[in-house]
Amino acid sequence: MTALLEVEDLRVAYGKIEAVKGISFSVEAGQVVTLIGTNGAGKTTTLRTLSGLLKPTSGKILFEGKPLTGVPAHKIVALGLAHSPEGRHIFPRLTIFENLQLGAFLRNDKEGIAKDIQKAYDLFPILGERRNQAAGTLSGGEQQMLAMGRALMSQPKLLMLDEPSMGLSPIMMQKIMATIAELKSQGTTILLVEQNAQAALSLADQGHVMEVGNIVLSGTGQDLLHDESVRKAYLGED
Amino acid sequence: MNTLPQQLANGLLLGSMYGLIAIGYTMVYGIVQLINFAHGEIFMTGAFGAFTVYFYILPDGTSMAVAVPLMLIGGGLVAILIAVGAERFAYRPLRGAPRLAPLITAIGLSLALQEVVRNFYPGADRAIAFPGLDTTHDIGSITIKDADIFLILSAIVCMAALAYFVRKSRTGRAMQATAQDPDTAQLMGIDTNRIIVIAFAIGGFFAAVAAVAYGLKYGNIDYRMGFLMGLKAFTAAVLGGIGNIYGAMLGGLVLGIAETLASAYIDEIPGMQQLGGQSWANVWAFCLLILVLLVRPQGLLGERVADRA
Repeated sequence: MTALLEVEDLRVAYGKIEAVKGISFSVEAGQVVTLIGTNGAGKTTTLRTLSGLLKPTSGKILFEGKPLTGVPAHKIVALGLAHSPEGRHIFPRLTIFENLQLGAFLRNDKEGIAKDIQKAYDLFPILGERRNQAAGTLSGGEQQMLAMGRALMSQPKLLMLDEPSMGLSPIMMQKIMATIAELKSQGTTILLVEQNAQAALSLADQGHVMEVGNIVLSGTGQDLLHDESVRKAYLGED
Repeated sequence: MNTLPQQLANGLLLGSMYGLIAIGYTMVYGIVQLINFAHGEIFMTGAFGAFTVYFYILPDGTSMAVAVPLMLIGGGLVAILIAVGAERFAYRPLRGAPRLAPLITAIGLSLALQEVVRNFYPGADRAIAFPGLDTTHDIGSITIKDADIFLILSAIVCMAALAYFVRKSRTGRAMQATAQDPDTAQLMGIDTNRIIVIAFAIGGFFAAVAAVAYGLKYGNIDYRMGFLMGLKAFTAAVLGGIGNIYGAMLGGLVLGIAETLASAYIDEIPGMQQLGGQSWANVWAFCLLILVLLVRPQGLLGERVADRA
């Protein structure tokens, strides 16, 4: 069986500076895979390339066996790959309801969309309470919920979450991580980029540690969680 | 001051014209952060497109009730074609380039369009007589022409249609999303290039509507008509808050009324006798712009640009 997503020797550069230097990994359907690493490791660049916002200099991206390289970003969503970007990037002057609707921009089934918006409200009750409020007025954690809910609205086969816990209070971070665990238990396939390595690895089936554009270590979430070098570098233990 | 109602009406009419043109500046800026300085010339080509339909295509003696809609279509098509062509071939290749590059391109395009019309359109080296709609009506102490009625009605219809389109249609929603965050809009599956083309096309069409109104009202058009009108409409867009479509219309109206009232009455202020009359109108218009930039740089309806997280 082929993986849902296969990345082979992917290289991405900003001008002359190479940010991703030939990485390979795969995501099987139903798995949660995480990329961890410090700032500037190339995690966000990798996700932005997968969703078509950046063009790779070389390498292969196969989604359900079909190449994604060269496909424009707006068509990649249609194939079933949703991306909740770093920094949330909700549409601040549209309402929460309108943001969720935009997540379903390519869908035509009105009833299905209404049902999924209700699902998002069930998953994040605060969004339902504030559905007609401008999204820019939400707190950081609430905006993160909206960004995740919006990404789910396209009924993705693969959900990519970029730093969902960034800048959140510890309580809010726990809530977001619990939601990711819930999505996992529902069978959602997730590619998770996180700086909070502890939380990400505890959830993940597979993990990859990135350092300055390379994957330096791979393993199951549990293996990495107990790996000495990972504990030292990313979990704050001496 | 029994001339006041008439002057207010004049200002409102002029302002509607500014507002219609200003929509093109503000929509394009709102989505790609580009000041399309060739927009005044798009307005001008719309006028020539409409004149071509009237003079070269329609048979002599066609009633104006039939001619005006066809002129709108002809002028609109020409303006849309030029606006969309400018986006595709002049601005799109420069997307992501330093800000100065598209700005210089816009100025170059504006000169090029003027010169092409002057050199290649028959008789365009001087003003061309445009059919007028000169029948007048008295409403109380105000006198207006048929052309004025056409102008005010088309401004209302265009603005209402645009507001409905942006707020209610799927494409309009996509347009708002693209304006607020173009990368994320693509992640929703929105083809942002298509949205940009639509913004240029709407701006072009509105400019053509204003151009037809201009011709009908003033009775002549020329290859330079877009320069000052474009500059004033740009002023209106900034005045109202660039990027905001309601701001563009409001800015147009405020500018039109301020300019008209200033040229009519400023010479009644002691010591300002020298400064009255139409020849000073532009000075007052641009003084207003400077004042707004000093006091409220984001414009009347503009929002402060907040940094994105």
